[in-house]
Formats: sequence, C-alpha cells, structure tokens
Amino acid sequence: MGQVLIFSEQDSVAFELLCKAREFGQASAALLGEKVTGKASHYFEYGAQKVYVGEGAHLACFDADVYADALAQIVKVSNVTTVLIGSTKRGKELAGCLAQKLGCGAVTDVIGLTTQEGKIATQRYALGGNTIATDVIVSEQQVIAVMPKTFEASRQPAAGETVHVALKLREPRVRIVERKPKPTATANVEGAEVLICVGKGIAKQEDLAIAEALANRIKAEIGCTRALSSDYHWLGEERMIGISGKKTKPRLLISLGVSGQIQHTVGILGAKLIIAINKDKAAPIFKIADYGIVGDLYQVVPKLTEKIGL
Amino acid sequence: MEIIVCMKQVPDLDQIRIKRETREPVLEGAPFLFGAFEKNALEEAVRIKEKHGGKVTAVALGTPKLKDLIIEALAIGADEAIILTDPVFAGGGSASTAQALAAAIRKIGKFDLILMGEGSADNYSGQVIGRVAALLDLPQITYVRELQIEGNRVHATRDLEDALEIVEGDFPILVSATGELNTPRLPPLTAILKAARKPTQIWTPADLGLTKEQVGANAALVKTLSNRAPEQERKQVLFESEVDKSVDELVKALQKEGAL
Repeated sequence: MGQVLIFSEQDSVAFELLCKAREFGQASAALLGEKVTGKASHYFEYGAQKVYVGEGAHLACFDADVYADALAQIVKVSNVTTVLIGSTKRGKELAGCLAQKLGCGAVTDVIGLTTQEGKIATQRYALGGNTIATDVIVSEQQVIAVMPKTFEASRQPAAGETVHVALKLREPRVRIVERKPKPTATANVEGAEVLICVGKGIAKQEDLAIAEALANRIKAEIGCTRALSSDYHWLGEERMIGISGKKTKPRLLISLGVSGQIQHTVGILGAKLIIAINKDKAAPIFKIADYGIVGDLYQVVPKLTEKIGL
Repeated sequence: MEIIVCMKQVPDLDQIRIKRETREPVLEGAPFLFGAFEKNALEEAVRIKEKHGGKVTAVALGTPKLKDLIIEALAIGADEAIILTDPVFAGGGSASTAQALAAAIRKIGKFDLILMGEGSADNYSGQVIGRVAALLDLPQITYVRELQIEGNRVHATRDLEDALEIVEGDFPILVSATGELNTPRLPPLTAILKAARKPTQIWTPADLGLTKEQVGANAALVKTLSNRAPEQERKQVLFESEVDKSVDELVKALQKEGAL
C-alpha cells in the first residue's frame, strides 16, 4: 500500500495514528519545530520506522502554510503516498492547504479507517451528522485527517531511523501576538460514563440547579447544546456536545429540554442508553432515545431525582 | 475595503429524510439555505463595511435555486453577488469548490479580506479555506471569534482547543468565522425588497477559464462509496402519563436496563 507518513502538532495524536498506520504498511512520522530531534525517540517507541525531522526558526510556532510547505517537501523526499494527520483545528486547516500543494484529495474529521480493494477507505459524518459517508481518495496521494481518540496508542518499539530534511521555508505571514491558554477544563464530557445534557428547555441560568440536583444524585457530568454555551454562556464551551463540539460515549445519557437537532445529537449517538425528557412529543430527540418522558422537565426532573436510586 | 464572502448553499439538514430500507438520505424536496457559519462570516463582512467603508461581494456555489437564496445575502448587506450555478461545478468536492472559488476571486480582482465559515453546515470538512489559500498564495486565519481591522491588517482571536491565539496578518488575507464571532442579523422586509435590485451575476466555468477536467464530478479527488444513516437501534419507548406514573415507569426501565 505504500508508505504512510504521520503528523500531528499533538504528539499524543501522532502516536495514536502511528499505531493504526502500522496496519497499512511502513509507518513513518514527521517532526517539525525549532528544536525537535530529541522527540524522535518517543516516536520510535510507538512504532515509527523513520522519523523525518524538519527544524528551523520558521517552524517554531505552528503555521498552516509553513507546515504545509514543510510536509509537502518531506513527502517529496520520502516518496510517501498517504499522509495521516490529526483532525484537530490546526490539523484541519493544514489538511486542505497540504492537499492542495500536493495536488491530491483529502478527507477530514475521519472517525474510522478500513481498507477496500487495496485502498484506504475513510468514514466521516456527513450531512451535518445525519449520515456516515465512506470515501476513497482517488488521487495517487492522499491526505487523511483523523479525529483524536479514534485509535488507541500502544507502545511497539521499532528500530527507527532519524532523517534530517533540509527545508526551504518562508517566514510565517500570520504573526502570533499572544497565546492565552484556556483554563483546564472543569468538565470531562467526552470521558463521562453518566451524562446529563441540557438544552433550551431550561428557561434561565438559575434553573440549571434542577439538572445539577439530578447530576449529583446519579453522579453524572453535565453537558449542553450549543445555545447554552456559545450563545447564553451559561456553561463553558468544553461542555458543548455536537458536530462542532464534543462527542460523547456514556453508558447513560439523560437529555433534558433538548429538541434534538442533528448538529447536536451527532455528539450523543455513541451513548449506550439515551433517555429524553421534553414537553414536545414531536421533538426529534425522541427518535434517537431509548426511553422518553413527554412532559415538563420542571416537574419531571425533580420527581426523577427524588425517585432514582443508585 | 474590498471584502469577499464565500458561501455554500446546503440542504436544510432538519428536513432530510432517511429511506427506511437502504438508510440513504433523500435530499429531493429539502429546501436550501445558507449554513450557520457562513452567516457569521457575512454578518462580520457587513459590520466591517459599516464601520470602515467598502464593498461586500458574496460568492456562492450551488444549484440554480441559488438565484432566490442569494437575495438573503444581499438583504443582510452584501452589495453584490456572484453565483456559480452551472451543473458542471457540481459533484467535485472540496478541491473543485476551491478551484471555482479561487478562479472567481481572481476574476473579481480586488480584495483585501476573504471571509468564510469555519466549515460548511453539511460536510464541515474545513478544507476549502486551506485550498483557496494555497491556490491564491494567501495567508489564512481560521476559527476566528473576534476580528478587528487596523489599517491594512487584521487582528484576530482564534479559538483553538487549548488556547485563544491572538494573531495578526496583512491584507490580502483569508479568515474563517466561528459561531462566536457575532450574532447574524435578521434583515427587515425593507432590506429584502431592496436586495432584489442589487446586482447578481452568474459566472460559468467558461467565464472562469475552467474546464470539466478541473471542476465538477470529473475532477473529484474523493469518491463516496456509501452515504448512509447509521442503523437506528433505539427503542423509542415513550412514557406519556402524568408525571408520577411516567417517572416510575422510567425508573423501572432504567433498573431493567441495568443503568442504575
């Protein structure tokens, strides 16, 4: 199938992809930055047979255009046909740029990889989350951006070789003025086993207490739809569940006052059991719920909190 | 200031039906609209024009129905529109879209700022901005939640997973908008009526110097093998009695499922 080159600005994501790539053939990785040669040994531990190192001042901070140029040059030198990158925000802006410079096809936000007739086939959400599309890139080279945590990283040390690549790069045209780290997430909706999701059925911020009482009772994390985080700012954005937010896999999810639009529900389809409470019988959420109560959450949830056991 | 906003016409995702046997989506009959993020992009363009002066041109790809839909963009505040509705443009995927947009932008000629959404409402691939950036050799700033114009440059706050990144870049430049950038206006009826009189041009592949080998289905670099809704295995059991009874039934069901 040809060589697979892995890159992610997040090492942990690169390790996940390295482990998967080994299934397809020779797996190598690209390391870019100002001084990154020291990291190569970690990449060998996760199975990289070659690590291509590109170093220089222009690579000090991630810049999509400069990194795309760097990777395109590494691809040329290494004869690689498939580039796997992490589908982080930086990875996505890189994917389009790199694929255009290579003149090849690309698929992003990939949630699964299989092989079909000797080619890599990708799975991704399409139509806003309504469907899953299986695609094959028909150009000779391919750029595939895979969602973090799609695959697991496992150590499988390889006797790897470090190859330093001399790169010709421009200075970044976008200047970073300041970086403000986001406060470490107070919530972990992605890893939650029991999750409550709140939507616009909650009329005001103080009423979140109703959901919190239930959450405390069943030891649930709290997530929300886009409106409650991005629009109203009642809850942090790290709690937002949906196509442009978090994807969750709880064993139990209770959805309160959520209508169930696909851009949100694509983030809860991984739940083992979905319970929905909504006063509108026609709400789309009931189509993807295992059990639902048609009723006013202001009456139902306190009763449920009272009667539920653990 | 010359601002171009790239917009994509998509089917209304809430009105897509799924065929029960094959799980395939049915798009026929679903109305078309502009996605949420391109509305943020257009709103920002109009606000910048209102503050700094200049012109906003909306460029959109889609079906002939775009002739009606584009009125909305003109009503929100675009001064003119260019629509690419030739069926030859269809079915090409991100690479083809980028070729068409880049060619249209080159033909427009003058531009300082090109805005688009962080991703389309239907595919959300986020590829097009990077491709257009490479085609036109322009810098790109993605995932922008705050944007200021200072003379010949933009000052932007990017919303990344781990940090807010504050960056600067000189014109000409591409920027993609997040939902946090602004709240798009709803144009009043007077604006909608005026919009019909604003100029809309339809550009063909020939107008852009593009052939069937460069755009559209023949030029597609990605082939879709299948596109299906995941199997719906949910029980869809509904409790519709009065509150106490429904809650009791739910608790019983949860116990039976071993969820508690």
